[in-house]
Amino acid sequence: MIFSLVGYYSLILGLIIGISLFFLSFKNFNNSNILDKKLLSFTFLQLFFVVISFFCLISSFIVSDFSNETVFNNSHTTKPLFYKISGTWGNHEGSLLLWLLVLTLFIFLFLIRSKNQPVKYKILTLVFQQIIIVGFFLFLIQTSNPFNYIFPTPLEGLGLNPILQDPALAIHPPILYLGYVGSSIIFSSVLAATSLKIISTNWALHIKKWILISWIFLTLGILLGSIWAYYELGWGGFWFWDPVENVSLMPWLALTTLLHCILVLEKKAILTSWVIILSIATFTLSMSGTFLVRSGILNSVHTFANDPERGLFILIFLFILILLSILIFFFFHKEDNKKSYSFFWLSKETSILINNWFMMYFLSVVLIGTVYPIFLDVISSQKISVGPPFYHKLIIPFLIPFLIMMAIGPKLKWIKSQIIDKLYLISFLIISILLSFLILKNFSQNILINTILISSALYLFFITLRDFFIKKYNNISQNIAHFGFSLLILSILFNNLFSSEIITNLKVGESFENSKTKIVFESINQKKEKNYNAIIANFSVQNYLGEKDKLSPELRIYNQPVIATSEADIKTTLISDKFIVINLVQNQDYFNVRYQVKSFMVWIWLSVVLISFGGIISFLKKRS
Amino acid sequence: MNNKKLPFLLILIFGFTFIIFYKSLEDSSIYTPDTNLEKEIPVFNAKNFFSKENINSSNIFKLDKIYLLNIWSSWCVPCRQEHPLLMNLNLHNKVNIIGMNYKDDLKNANNFLKELGNPYNEIFLDLDGTIAIEWGAYGVPESFLIHNNKIIKKYIGPLNDKLIDEIKLLVK
Repeated sequence: MIFSLVGYYSLILGLIIGISLFFLSFKNFNNSNILDKKLLSFTFLQLFFVVISFFCLISSFIVSDFSNETVFNNSHTTKPLFYKISGTWGNHEGSLLLWLLVLTLFIFLFLIRSKNQPVKYKILTLVFQQIIIVGFFLFLIQTSNPFNYIFPTPLEGLGLNPILQDPALAIHPPILYLGYVGSSIIFSSVLAATSLKIISTNWALHIKKWILISWIFLTLGILLGSIWAYYELGWGGFWFWDPVENVSLMPWLALTTLLHCILVLEKKAILTSWVIILSIATFTLSMSGTFLVRSGILNSVHTFANDPERGLFILIFLFILILLSILIFFFFHKEDNKKSYSFFWLSKETSILINNWFMMYFLSVVLIGTVYPIFLDVISSQKISVGPPFYHKLIIPFLIPFLIMMAIGPKLKWIKSQIIDKLYLISFLIISILLSFLILKNFSQNILINTILISSALYLFFITLRDFFIKKYNNISQNIAHFGFSLLILSILFNNLFSSEIITNLKVGESFENSKTKIVFESINQKKEKNYNAIIANFSVQNYLGEKDKLSPELRIYNQPVIATSEADIKTTLISDKFIVINLVQNQDYFNVRYQVKSFMVWIWLSVVLISFGGIISFLKKRS
Repeated sequence: MNNKKLPFLLILIFGFTFIIFYKSLEDSSIYTPDTNLEKEIPVFNAKNFFSKENINSSNIFKLDKIYLLNIWSSWCVPCRQEHPLLMNLNLHNKVNIIGMNYKDDLKNANNFLKELGNPYNEIFLDLDGTIAIEWGAYGVPESFLIHNNKIIKKYIGPLNDKLIDEIKLLVK
């Protein structure tokens, strides 16, 4: 009871501070004293209240206070403590409170970390961020208050959705939010800088760290979600082009492009329009993602209780922000025509620009695939679903020039470079083509597009690998990230080419055998846990080399709410994952067994970790 | 492109997007697959809520009649909201409402019915929640529209006026 009360009034206080910050900022636009003392302490106070509110919600979950509607709907006394806590953000209200926490945390950190920036710029950034913060305060208090009472107090809660009761998913939302919501600070800052016309190399240097930090967390957050989907949803894939995944990929693509643009801006003071538009796009894409999954237009695990009022609020708020950014962009930003810069065809900035256009193309493909069904349904009431083939057909061919450009681009100099002494670039290309041809020939998978695709990925792989051994080459962060990307594409390609699957129905004691694999269903056990009962099936799997593996997938029946889930058992090695999952068949005494050998799975995860590691190094690097 | 026209064009495009999204909010189930369509209902034995006698599902659900199976519980808050709608629907005599009392305390359940009325033609007990699993239910409240021993439609969560109208329409 007391937690809900404190939490709710902290929110109200936070909102009041947000509104008073508007007045303070407009009154003292030029007074730097005010900024350092009053504004900073007010921002801190706002953060403090949101933290209090957040901890109150966590405490309500820990003590299972079912007089709180959010706790009642998403928790249960038999849940382990870990999932009681993670249940805090496993629902609409709690996760929005987390949004607010990240928003207030970032503006506070921004103010204390930007000591040397112009006062006006800092105040204006604060104002724009407060527009977002106040909007979300109103949204939270008005439509999704996490501290609603229920009377009489129920004795038991309804429980957390079992597929959300998972370690990877417990930390996925906070990590993802740091990137997803963290991009708000880039948005606010770019609007402030555009209005004051201070977009310059200095500004680029200052905002780069913020872009990097969002980018790192967004990358890791997507990775965690993907790992979770791999072993929890039991389909054995890592990316399904589900609309919900797409809405996290779109800000990532925009943010990655922005990161490359900012590198150019930092050196050359060009591509300013790109930077402004991409900064705006990143955050608006994050917001649209929230709108799409929270309003119930797209159904997924991220769709909590549907309420059209919520959807409408975010929708209107989103379009106010878009309108505001369009107005600021066209009103204040004038591209300097006198200093118009001509790109030499063979230079680093040209290659970045080319790949930016590729990224924009990928972004539009994903965007169209995600929202086109919605448009079509509204306009003509036709229902279509856009699946992986659409994305694969449209994206894969363009990955080839994209990868080659990624390999060559960093080798070029700024402004203008020569082709001479770039002979090794060509020799590496020939080696890659030969090698990929040999690989595919060996596995009798001779398809032209695969050969070209693998060659271009191998090309990037070799070029970046070579650079690790050249000492004078100092852009190590870029090299690691690009190396990670080549590894990612290679692992995905090999994963697609060499994975195999067996689907069969088995009773206890039966076995399945084909030329390569023998699966024996040995026995069945039962297990009782606090929050679920499980049936454990024991399999032994033998491959054609005679190696034997014991695999024990589970069927779990969770008690609150009662849902049956299949837990896959996965044996991971460097070369491949052995993945087995069982399903109950209605009114039958056999189980449906799915056994998959997924090649190079662990390398997909590792390469994404490498990519973000590149970002981390760049973030930590002191400016020389 | 003329630089002055561009902002208006952009605003026009975004305005159009706004209208589309706004429209789609009204029909917010675009991606919902039609689950359990035309699936046979499970066969089970259960105890009657009042008499405590064992009954078989085949005695409850008859062919050529339309049933609405409603899973409810006295501790379930949304059930309380939904209950008046069921009472109302009961007046509409083409549909027989069957109650599945889910993991409940019998005394509380009786009080619940005394307080809010009993819209159910028949109620059976699911004390340990196993029958709900057989039906493929996710939780309480949940309702299944049944015709000829087949599930026509499944409603997850509490019913509302709109859904009740839909049920009335389907029954016709």
